[in-house]
Amino acid sequence: MVTQVAPLQMAALPGWTALAPVLALAVTALVLLLVDSIDPDTTDTSLLAGISVVGSLVSLALAVWFVVGGTGIPTGQGGQGTPVLFNGQLVVDQLALFFMVIVGSVTALVTLASYDYVREHSYQAEYYSLVLLAATGMSLLSATNSLASAFVALELVSLPSYALVAFLKKNKGSVEAALKYFLIGAVSSAVFAYGISLVYAATGVLRFDAVATAIESGVLQTVVDGSVQAQAGEPAVTMSILGVGILMVIGGVAFKTAAVPFHFWAPEAYEGAPAPISGFLSSASKAAGFVLAFRVFATAFPIQALIADGGALNWVVAFQILAIATMFIGNFAAATQETVKRMLAYSSVGHAGYVLIGLAALSSSGEGLAFSLSAGMAHLLVYGFMNTGAFLFIALAEYWGVGRRFEDYNGLGREAPLACAAMTIFLFSLAGLPIGGGFFSKFYLFSATMNVGAWSLAAALVINSALSLFYYSRVVKAMWIEEPDGEDRVESYPTGLYTAVVAAAVATVLLVPGFDYVSSVAFRAATLL
Amino acid sequence: MVMVAALLAITLLGAGVVMLSPDRYAGKLAAAVSAVPALLSVYMYWAYLTQFEGTGNALLQPGDVAFGQQIPWIDFGGLTISYYVGLDGVSMPLLALTTILTTLAIVSAWTPIDERQSQFYGLMLFMETSLIGVFSALDFFLWFVFWEGVLIPMYFLIGVWGGPRRKYAAIKFFVYTNVASLVMFAGLFALVFSTDLTSLALPAMAEAFRSASGLPTVFGMNLLTLSFILMFFGFAVKVPVFPFHTWLPDAHVEAPTPVSVMLAGVLLKMGTYALLRFNFTMLPEVAQQLAVPLAIVGVVSVIYGAMLALAQRDLKRIVAYSSISSMGYVILGLVAFTPHGMGGATFQMIAHGLISGLMFMSVGVIYNVTHTRMVGDMSGLADKMPWTVGIFVSAAFGYMGLPLMAGFAAEFLIFQGAFDAATLGSAAPVLTAAAMFGIVIVAGYLLWAMQRTLFGAFNLETDYTVSEAPFHDVAPLAVLLLLVIVLGVNPDLSYEMIQNSILPVIDLGGGA
Repeated sequence: MVTQVAPLQMAALPGWTALAPVLALAVTALVLLLVDSIDPDTTDTSLLAGISVVGSLVSLALAVWFVVGGTGIPTGQGGQGTPVLFNGQLVVDQLALFFMVIVGSVTALVTLASYDYVREHSYQAEYYSLVLLAATGMSLLSATNSLASAFVALELVSLPSYALVAFLKKNKGSVEAALKYFLIGAVSSAVFAYGISLVYAATGVLRFDAVATAIESGVLQTVVDGSVQAQAGEPAVTMSILGVGILMVIGGVAFKTAAVPFHFWAPEAYEGAPAPISGFLSSASKAAGFVLAFRVFATAFPIQALIADGGALNWVVAFQILAIATMFIGNFAAATQETVKRMLAYSSVGHAGYVLIGLAALSSSGEGLAFSLSAGMAHLLVYGFMNTGAFLFIALAEYWGVGRRFEDYNGLGREAPLACAAMTIFLFSLAGLPIGGGFFSKFYLFSATMNVGAWSLAAALVINSALSLFYYSRVVKAMWIEEPDGEDRVESYPTGLYTAVVAAAVATVLLVPGFDYVSSVAFRAATLL
Repeated sequence: MVMVAALLAITLLGAGVVMLSPDRYAGKLAAAVSAVPALLSVYMYWAYLTQFEGTGNALLQPGDVAFGQQIPWIDFGGLTISYYVGLDGVSMPLLALTTILTTLAIVSAWTPIDERQSQFYGLMLFMETSLIGVFSALDFFLWFVFWEGVLIPMYFLIGVWGGPRRKYAAIKFFVYTNVASLVMFAGLFALVFSTDLTSLALPAMAEAFRSASGLPTVFGMNLLTLSFILMFFGFAVKVPVFPFHTWLPDAHVEAPTPVSVMLAGVLLKMGTYALLRFNFTMLPEVAQQLAVPLAIVGVVSVIYGAMLALAQRDLKRIVAYSSISSMGYVILGLVAFTPHGMGGATFQMIAHGLISGLMFMSVGVIYNVTHTRMVGDMSGLADKMPWTVGIFVSAAFGYMGLPLMAGFAAEFLIFQGAFDAATLGSAAPVLTAAAMFGIVIVAGYLLWAMQRTLFGAFNLETDYTVSEAPFHDVAPLAVLLLLVIVLGVNPDLSYEMIQNSILPVIDLGGGA
């Protein structure tokens, strides 16, 4: 006789527990503030970094558990159902959980690396709690289901980020970077908010599903008791205003993802910020911007209805232009840089261009969204490890007092072979050589473009990949092939940074055999949108 | 069968272990590790000869593939990719060539490589993993992973242990071949997405491309033709074919000798192997339409490479340019689309792999002793190091096509196959005759170089003692020479299995 094991009863828990990955990050941030208020002068780095790492790992573990357990999959398809919270403001589906996994992993790596990096600085508790607060915002952003909650979450990401970039406040570069970041951020927040107001004016609602219903039916909507209803009198959706609104929402997203034309802050901010924060912003913050973009454009602005109407904006064309421009500008600028960190900053802009393919590789009738979105998601996950790892290696180099230029890395491979081997894996994976997951996610993006016959996107992807190998390999060449200048620079092997760099490298390589799982989870999440 | 997986696993794990081992033991350890796949592949070769008699082409008769294994891997939105490996009469000899040559190259590195040894030998083994993968993979994606995977160790091997201009040579090699790979990739995928393929297995691709119809016209060309040209460009850089050959002399001259051995012996064959597998097996009709222009490219490579070799003073440069010449014969043989032409071309891959490896290794041994490679700096070495010089002279005659050595059989078969090739029409005799003239030039530069450096009265201004090289330097040379002679005396050892796998390809073209 077979004993039936009772399935895990997640539904029995109250609905808000579905937000546990977000709450874990928020609680950790509060605990850090509590520690700070008990002992304001604490420099117990082990305690602070320990709390942060444990908190982000708990968030990561919860998110992974939910993904595997089937939260966000309808019960009809063998899942646990999709929790919709706060009157539809938040939704914990597979897409949200997928990005919570990215945010959790990057936060864990960054806080682990910060253990050595900020050890000498004051205000450490504030540093860690700001990182965790920003991470909370990113995690929350992946679950937002309305333009209002999206704006709140976006600001929760942005405000701590400005402060974090300025964390080295005795360093002019850091302060200047933060100021630029803040000014451009403020402008783009305003643009985004104005775009939201226009969308609201045109449709009468802020919830993504309600906006979509309004656009599809051409009738203004309103939300009554949590359900979407047509407004009395049935005024028409004003498509021209909606189009401008959509364009401005694209602007807000472009800022957060460091895509053209709002990418100017990125090289400055990434170069001036403490290196772990550069990694945090360029990986997790970018991913958070993209999850917002994916969700808004996949659910709130249904492309088929917009194309059929013709009056509003066909955002696929906008994203195609942005994707190609971002790829070329990011990669060509990266190829001309003299410092490693700035090169990585521009390459991060270029990678935003690759991920934008997720919203650009659609056929002229709007088909193929699930495929291209899942390709973008998979690339962001892989990027979360390889790019964070690369910036953490820069953090390691800064820790050793190695200079900023390519030449300063000469011969580093002899002094620190393990870390340099890890960096080599990151760079080759970023360039798209099949040594890490980056090759596979780029190939996934490539097949998404070919799937709908988007030749120009495919060509841009291939050309930029070829170009990127040139500038990434300059670092590899410096580390392994050039002769060192003479004096030993590596005096110690900091535990936290080393562990983080090696962990990121192991994850990058393990994503080669594990890519099928990642891509199938991403595809399932995108299909369920 | 897990034989191929075992070869891959042993070399990959071995690479890791060797990299972590102390420099003192790294060379010996690497030789021991690489001997395992070498012996395994000899066993596989023997098993293939005795048990898989008549096995067909891996792409056209996938059911007959030897040592096959297929495990599903990734699903890219409807395109399935699997770990799919297997061998046929074309890949089996190339696999054996790879494993044997790697072991010999590692032994030949004991003398010249004296710094960062564990990294050097680790990378050599890592490269062997990728090369084994290239010749055994039957899934495009898996194959491409290995194809690109070869670049990484090669880049470091040239860049770290190479000569004075190593940095330039390494980056040139890297960027050049990577760009070529991407062009090839784009050309192939244009076809993959225009046909309703659901799998990237090479047999499925061959099937789909041959039955493809209603393909779009791009830039005034049928997509099949455009893809063929893009792929040909991608592989031609690797071969290399005139005018895409400029990376080769730089890479060869700067690379340390054991790496040159691998580069000339195996890496160039990746290009011709891929041409045979992709362009000629998957798109046979386009290949026949373009036969004359392709044959001209091949013949120009033969003559131009030989002329360039004639103009060099550096022994290594001479051998490097002559490789361009020899690979031109392979192109000529392939486009002929006749049993002897294609079979001879495949046989030439093996023969040239052994002979050019032997030539580079001999030059390396001479350089280890004299510290110069310049013709004119030295003369009369035959008295001082009779064994090395004896083998070098034999190898050079092998290169010139002396009967009873592998090179003769290969080139004879290619000429025979190309001479009455229907695909080349009335141009066939002219092109073949022109290619034959290449042999005369080869004889010219090799005899001239040998006469000046090896014979006459001994003369070399040096502080080093010039005497016979140590046993472990000469032994790999002897092994290679033995293989060249064995294949020359009895070409059927490889030629029979090559024929069995080539004939199905020829049938596609309707020729015979």
